[in-house]
Amino acid sequence: MADIDIKDIVKEENIVYKKTKVLTDKVMHYCPGCGHSTTHRIIAEVIEEMGIQDKTIGIAPVGCSVFMYDYIDVDTQEAAHGRAPALATAIKRLLPDRFVFTYQGDGDLAAIGTAETIHACNRGENITMIFINNGIYGMTGGQMAPTSLEGMRTSTTPYGRDPGLMGHPIKMTELVAQLPGTYYVTRQAVHTPNLVRKTKKAIRKAFEYQKLNKGVSFVEVVSNCNSGWKMTPVKAVKWLDENMLSFYPLGDIKVPEK
Amino acid sequence: MAKVKGAIVVDTERCKGCELCVISCPTHVIAMSKNVNSKGYHYAYMENPDACNGCTNCAVVCPDGVITVYRMKVEEKTEV
Amino acid sequence: MEEDFVLMKGNEALAEAAIRAGADGYFGYPITPQSEVMEYLTAAKPWERTGMVVLQAESEVSAINMLYGGAGAGKRVMTSSSSPGISLMQEGISYIAGAELPVVVANVVRGGPGLGTIQPSQSDYFQATKGGGHGDYHLLVLAPSSVQEMADFMPLAFDLAFKYRNPVMILSDGAIGQMMEKVKFQPQRPRMKDEELPDWATTGKKPDRERNIITSLDLDPYRQERFNRKLIEKYQKMKEEEVRYETFQCEDAEYLFVAYGTSSRICQKSVQLAREKGIKAGLFRPITLFPFPEKQVGALADQVRGMLSVEMSAGQMVEDVRLATNGKVPVEHYGRMGGVIPAPDEIVEVLIQKFIGG
Repeated sequence: MADIDIKDIVKEENIVYKKTKVLTDKVMHYCPGCGHSTTHRIIAEVIEEMGIQDKTIGIAPVGCSVFMYDYIDVDTQEAAHGRAPALATAIKRLLPDRFVFTYQGDGDLAAIGTAETIHACNRGENITMIFINNGIYGMTGGQMAPTSLEGMRTSTTPYGRDPGLMGHPIKMTELVAQLPGTYYVTRQAVHTPNLVRKTKKAIRKAFEYQKLNKGVSFVEVVSNCNSGWKMTPVKAVKWLDENMLSFYPLGDIKVPEK
Repeated sequence: MAKVKGAIVVDTERCKGCELCVISCPTHVIAMSKNVNSKGYHYAYMENPDACNGCTNCAVVCPDGVITVYRMKVEEKTEV
Repeated sequence: MEEDFVLMKGNEALAEAAIRAGADGYFGYPITPQSEVMEYLTAAKPWERTGMVVLQAESEVSAINMLYGGAGAGKRVMTSSSSPGISLMQEGISYIAGAELPVVVANVVRGGPGLGTIQPSQSDYFQATKGGGHGDYHLLVLAPSSVQEMADFMPLAFDLAFKYRNPVMILSDGAIGQMMEKVKFQPQRPRMKDEELPDWATTGKKPDRERNIITSLDLDPYRQERFNRKLIEKYQKMKEEEVRYETFQCEDAEYLFVAYGTSSRICQKSVQLAREKGIKAGLFRPITLFPFPEKQVGALADQVRGMLSVEMSAGQMVEDVRLATNGKVPVEHYGRMGGVIPAPDEIVEVLIQKFIGG
């Protein structure tokens, strides 16, 4: 077989994957290998493929992803810590034909924002909730999160999380699945290509289901936090596989009945 | 019989050297360059370009979306 | 015409006026003495009248953040609460001011501090006018003194909120919220259509513009300082254009009551009683507590011999009266606290005791 020159392959018509236009050109500030970057990318791709950039309103949290609005090119509001579901509630009820999504970390959604999370899910707001669970508080320097695993060392549990003192890690996704107001509840991950493809399908569903007005679509993404866990990205995803997924198993927890 | 040939182009300035593409490539195309970009990150590059079939795994897992993937069908000449 | 007047509670009048002002949404939480606002709204079914959204949130914290979201989307949104609930909202209000969003917050003040009482008070003046939440910002504060003003201030509050892209507070108290008086409402004005929503709002990024970002975060201190200067200019403009007040028998007054809200109603009677005793008393009623009518109070300082700031509190507005008079005239405070309401003759006795002697 004749050797093919790279120049023959690298042509506009041969592109099978390139960065979506709904991601801005700004380099994301997230650490190398962070699940935030990947998830932002997936959300942007879904918005582009659904053609809803002019109808989507995002709500950014407090945490590493506070600057989500610099990267995903949609109208965005910055919420106070934990309050994104409250903002989303009002926006969706006042502009019901728009696609409204919240994007929160584990401190935002499962600590300070627990009430807003539970009640938006209980009321069955027709929104998409994205929950990035990396078991740690990244932005503030690696403190314990409600979802930190038992025995996990963080800057405020330097000897490992002791459930007797700090309680057990909390499974928000299973909790909200019990509320009738949630319509689609799933747990995904983004550290391998196959998982990314699955997560994209899940997030696509989570946006599509808004059209049905049947309640919250809730997508948890179990992610690595390389800086907080103090590991290289490759080691961190291995640690994720070996430790996080047995406690936070991937898969659909609640799917709409056919 | 048609075969598929792929190639990737890495935006080396945006690459953060996380190496997730390296471990995601099924045919071991990618390695980290000994060079660094202006931010000091070793960036990804095709060490074994012939092995690339354009499967897009690397680009799909890349958190920052710095990889563009190209793929074309190649007619294989069969010897009579 | 007399038929246009109805007899209503202050809280209910506020609610009806909100519907008629073309409000898009009310997001609130029950707390005495203002729960009637939300009860009226849920009973009146404004979603059938105008499409207005009414939602009981899970807490005041949630409610104020719902306001942030709705206002960020360019909508006319409001809430009502009372002192402890307003304290819960302070973070949200600071964010709203920092993001330059228009919202209306009604505070039907009760006795404090802490869980306090459910009876009326005016002890949230500092919180309302000096900030309340963190950072350099101000609310525009309107103080109604009647059920009619509860109704009239509703559309005014929305207009001012959107004019300045700033939160506006209607600072009422438990007496005005609960008492029944005759009130005439303004006719229904329409809610904003989609096309009329402000161009800075998050309504969906159309291809012809950049995305709109609603935030109060800026990590560049010099840019943040410029933003704070912009806010200062905003408040300066409010001071120049939005001062509102009312005077009662001030033309020949030698002694002045300065009072707002329920206290001003009582002081009207006190003026009468004082004049019957031969004392030339007058009443200055600030309507905007921020911007405070400092020029007008300062001018009266040249005329009168003494000012008595009458408030249902330990003395909060009295400081602004002192600032405005700049030492030209003695300024004293009289107030009852904890939800106790002073009587008109009690106030006259204090005036005599503090200024006239004997």
